[in-house]
Amino acid sequence: MSKFNVLEHEIVPEHHLVPVEEEESVLSRLNVTKDDLPKIGINDPTIKALEEIHGKLDPGRIIKIIRKSPTAGYYEYYRVIVKSVI
Amino acid sequence: MNFNNVSKRIEKIKFALLSPEEIRKMSQIRVITPDTYDDDGYPIERGLMDLHMGVIEPGLKCATCGGKVDECPGHFGHIELAMPVVHIGFIKEIKSMLDSSCKECGRIKLTDDEINNYRVQINAIDFSTMDPEIIDMTLKKILEIAAQRSICPHCNAESPKVILDKPTTFREGGIKITPKEIRERLERIPDDDLLFFGIDKASARPEWMILTVLPVPPIDVRPSITLETGERSEDDLTHKLVDIIRISQRLRESRDNGSPQLIIEDLWDLLQYHITTYFDNQTAGIPPARHRSGRALKTLVQRLKGKEGRFRANLSGKRVNFSSRSVISPEPFLSMNEVGIPEIAARELTVPVLINSFNIDKMREWIKRGTDPRTEDGKYLAGVNYLIRPDGRRIKLTDQNAEINSERIDLGWTVERQMTEGDIVLFNRQPSLHRMSMMAHSVRVLPGMTFRFNLSDCTPYNADFDGDEMNLHVIQSEESRAEARIIMKVQEQIMSPRFGGPIIGAIHDHITSLFLLTHNNPLLSEDDTIHTVSYIEFDKLPEPVIKDGKKYYHGRDIFSLILPEGLNVKFKSHLCAGSKDGKCEYENDPEDTYVVITDGKLVHGTIDDEAVGPFSGVIVDKIFRKMGPQAASKFIDNVTRLAVGYLSHRGFSTGIKDYDIPKEAISRIREISNETLDKIEKLVAAFRSGQLQPLPGRSIEDTLEVEILSATGGVRDESGKIASQYLGLNDPSVIMARSGARAKMLNIAEVAGMVGQQSVRGGRLNRGYANRTLPHFKENDLGAYARGFIKSSYRAGLNPTEYFFHSIGGREGLVDIAVRTSRSGYMQRRLINAFEDLKVNDKRRVEDTIGSVVQFKYGEDGVDPTRSDEGQTVDVDYVAYDEFGDEQ
Repeated sequence: MSKFNVLEHEIVPEHHLVPVEEEESVLSRLNVTKDDLPKIGINDPTIKALEEIHGKLDPGRIIKIIRKSPTAGYYEYYRVIVKSVI
Repeated sequence: MNFNNVSKRIEKIKFALLSPEEIRKMSQIRVITPDTYDDDGYPIERGLMDLHMGVIEPGLKCATCGGKVDECPGHFGHIELAMPVVHIGFIKEIKSMLDSSCKECGRIKLTDDEINNYRVQINAIDFSTMDPEIIDMTLKKILEIAAQRSICPHCNAESPKVILDKPTTFREGGIKITPKEIRERLERIPDDDLLFFGIDKASARPEWMILTVLPVPPIDVRPSITLETGERSEDDLTHKLVDIIRISQRLRESRDNGSPQLIIEDLWDLLQYHITTYFDNQTAGIPPARHRSGRALKTLVQRLKGKEGRFRANLSGKRVNFSSRSVISPEPFLSMNEVGIPEIAARELTVPVLINSFNIDKMREWIKRGTDPRTEDGKYLAGVNYLIRPDGRRIKLTDQNAEINSERIDLGWTVERQMTEGDIVLFNRQPSLHRMSMMAHSVRVLPGMTFRFNLSDCTPYNADFDGDEMNLHVIQSEESRAEARIIMKVQEQIMSPRFGGPIIGAIHDHITSLFLLTHNNPLLSEDDTIHTVSYIEFDKLPEPVIKDGKKYYHGRDIFSLILPEGLNVKFKSHLCAGSKDGKCEYENDPEDTYVVITDGKLVHGTIDDEAVGPFSGVIVDKIFRKMGPQAASKFIDNVTRLAVGYLSHRGFSTGIKDYDIPKEAISRIREISNETLDKIEKLVAAFRSGQLQPLPGRSIEDTLEVEILSATGGVRDESGKIASQYLGLNDPSVIMARSGARAKMLNIAEVAGMVGQQSVRGGRLNRGYANRTLPHFKENDLGAYARGFIKSSYRAGLNPTEYFFHSIGGREGLVDIAVRTSRSGYMQRRLINAFEDLKVNDKRRVEDTIGSVVQFKYGEDGVDPTRSDEGQTVDVDYVAYDEFGDEQ
């Protein structure tokens, strides 16, 4: 079976890995600590797809998600990778 | 996580089992008699109402702690069961332990290697962070391996499969194992193996899941009540405990005097039944224990579970004081910010007033008035019901002690005074589906027995006056009063957060009235004008028109009296919208439909639903945005008064003769109806002969149905059009429909033209008898009449089969409503529980109680819909129009 990249599916929003160097500026802009960010499980298919590009991702890395929004046009969302969703 | 604003945090919860010794230790008395009170009404010693377990009767003292009724918290007792029984709450655990442990040696059926491996695996679990479900699954997998094994790796004994015969019987190879045997087996499980069953060896032993001793709850938990007849009625739990003791006693006697095994087993099963139902009277597989009257007993689980249970009925939601409930009725002369409350309620409901040096003299005066004061002409005056001393003691004020008490009060006292004009109260109608279901009103005390409010408040509460009741809560603190006044007042809630437009506006007759007042700008005689404007406050009558030496006034000028100065709006009225081709029927006559307001004067157009109605209300919307809630509420109050004033003077009525259409119209409708019938007949014939061409993606049967449905739909629309050609804007029903006051043109078409095709689930009627809807038709008749087509109009009347079909179609609507309300209610409950403690912080971020982000910006754009213009912060086009007019 040919490999399917979930990120290319039309209803999956854009997922980007935030480089470690930029994490701090993102967090200070949002005025949150890493623990307060919404979470995404490390087993999430999108993380698996990102690992294809960036290599193994550890819990604690931040993912930027760009969604289409009916109110704001485009909307940036951030999630932090966690071991498993609690 | 951010723990900064958390005062206390639960670190962990530990569950343990009560051991028989512990039950005996916490028990104050062993109960042995299944009786409660003796003939004198005194508790029997060692009975279920023994004084050691607490007191509920005044005058008696607790035998354990010596406390009186309110001082003694109650104490447990216990019952020694003659034979052990299974605890219904632990059936699953007992089953799993019997499955996975060895029958002979009690060890878990795992090899030593496995035990060591899994022990390491389990000990590695961090219980504070790991998902409990994953922990559960890990343990389950391990137990599964042990359960699969029939030969014990430790003693090589064979354990046959144990089957649970629900609810409480265990069988091994078809033979029943008694609770006593089960208990013996569980006793053999060594402490160190308990880890694999998910049991902490320090706090529980598995054999405690088999009951040998039963705790008896304190009397305070199961108080008996004395009826008016002097008869005593015991609590359901006491009834159940009586059964348990009685059977336990009989079982003990039978066992001790060597009765046949069969009898003992029967009694044992009976004891098991009683104890099972004592815990949960809705256990699957056993009949619920019942009262003599046939009512099922409410035992322990029933006390806690569900909507009527302790949690949802007594902890999540409670009954409150300072509230009242009554039938509602309309009162157009009240402001939308007011609520009229009956005198009897105003006297009962109180507001606490803390005495200080500024109000002490006034409060002395009020106390002197007593509890039922009136002015000299008999009007309501607020009195005082209670005084609260600084030490918290309450003094009930009576007319006798009023004089003395007025002197006794001092700084620091609290006076509970009755409601008076202007007090802020919360007013609510259930179901409280959105925040406008509970708004703050200021009080008007009125004669009568109902709560009354302005009709424009009907929409947010979704209220009508066919017997609806509403609740009213009196605010008890200064802070909450301020908060309610600033954010909960009706005028602050005019804008709905759901769609960002006004949800409060004129309804029904008020819209009709303003339509009549403004449409085609009628001339009103001086008398009519003065009568109408007498209902509102205004500065100066508009310029009159002189005709034949008499003064006349334009309707639009009268309406302009209530428009605030400086208002500029332009929009299409409801009258204009929804006509054919999306174009306005009156396009060539802009004066009627195109509303133009310049500097607070209505220049053109008709005022109707689009201008002042709820959900659309362009004028209300613009006033609110430009001049604020105060101006908007004043406008709505005036709309109500002006509308009532004009319409009650002019008169407005509709009747069956308003739907009379000329003979030629009737024959034209009959004609097109016959044409359609012919068409349907042809379609059916084509279908029967197989010549019907199926539509893409449909079967022939479906195609026929679709074609017929579109034909019948078309003929109804056609007939409606024909009928409305003869019914103009001088017809009351058409006025109501076109102005948006009530009903649609479709309803008028149904009355004057034809009712049309009835449907169930979107298709023609087809159920009922074998291959036909009613016995009046032949089997497999696919014709129009046989499948629910109604050619008659409501005005002409329906024939018997049509009437029947109409009822079938109507019932679907009723069923739909019934199903929808219950479903949406539950959906609402789940949403509220999920969202109840989310909040938007000062950075417009949505977060939960511990500060975790839910949404980085509220609504993704950070815009409050009630303060935005259709999602935009500013409606630039409108601002430009407002400033520069049409010139740009």
